[in-house]
Amino acid sequence: MRWIWIDRFLEFESGSHAKAVKNVTLAEDHLHDHFPGFPVMPGSLIMEGMAQTGGLLLGETSQFEHVVILAKIPKLNFYGWACPGDTLVYSAKLLDAREDGGVVECTAHVGDRLVADAEIVFAHLPKTGGETVDQKNFVFTMKLLGVFDVGRAGDGAPGAAAAPT
Amino acid sequence: MATTDEIFAKVKETLVDALGVDEDEVTPEASLVGDLGAESIDFLDISFRLEKNFAIKIPRGELFPERDALADKSLVQDGVVTPEGIAELRKRMPHADLDHFAADPKVENMSDLFTVKMIVKFLEKKLAGGG
Repeated sequence: MRWIWIDRFLEFESGSHAKAVKNVTLAEDHLHDHFPGFPVMPGSLIMEGMAQTGGLLLGETSQFEHVVILAKIPKLNFYGWACPGDTLVYSAKLLDAREDGGVVECTAHVGDRLVADAEIVFAHLPKTGGETVDQKNFVFTMKLLGVFDVGRAGDGAPGAAAAPT
Repeated sequence: MATTDEIFAKVKETLVDALGVDEDEVTPEASLVGDLGAESIDFLDISFRLEKNFAIKIPRGELFPERDALADKSLVQDGVVTPEGIAELRKRMPHADLDHFAADPKVENMSDLFTVKMIVKFLEKKLAGGG
């Protein structure tokens, strides 16, 4: 299973905010167990999607010089659920970015409906004597950062959402 | 300049937010780990919040010294902090109550140094420009 819980960015304003989408589909195996006859996107994975949106927003501020890891979730609320066919939109706002880590505030919406909101604290993995961390073990390798191509449509042309703000 | 009570009130608010504890649990004597259930990653969160709430900068390791503070072998022997180690801690943590710790200076007791009062004292110094 690929541990990528956002499909595409809709907005990415460096050092400020980002918006990403996650399309929920019945092709995702786990939905058949969560729950049998009542497939809903697990809250933990909605949380992961918000963290990936916010984590990339933070990581980009230092051009991915740091390895950003999810450290703590001081606040997380769920108000509803997302089902197959729903498009979750994760909006992250960078509250704090610094040498040791950072903090983001994130919401998850389906249309106008608020599904979840969270505050997420990230830590930068300390560098140990020039060793580099094996990025393979982390969620996003640089190769996958094509996810950054904001709003790119299937034919490769920038989508409407990619218009510079 | 903020009074001790004002600083304490703000520290209390910070810890309630960071650790999800009740306000009345945050007493000056409460230790962050033992009484308030803080874990290592919470120290980062607490530092972030204090910086924001007090509009100050807290260099890494200044408020909560890290493990390497006592990395030198002469500072710890058989799990007990040596007099040299205590002296080193006094230097690094003038805001902490080392006298109490020195009575039973086991390394495992070190987290008891991190009390609410310690944070308040640290901030008092910092805000007075002496930090």
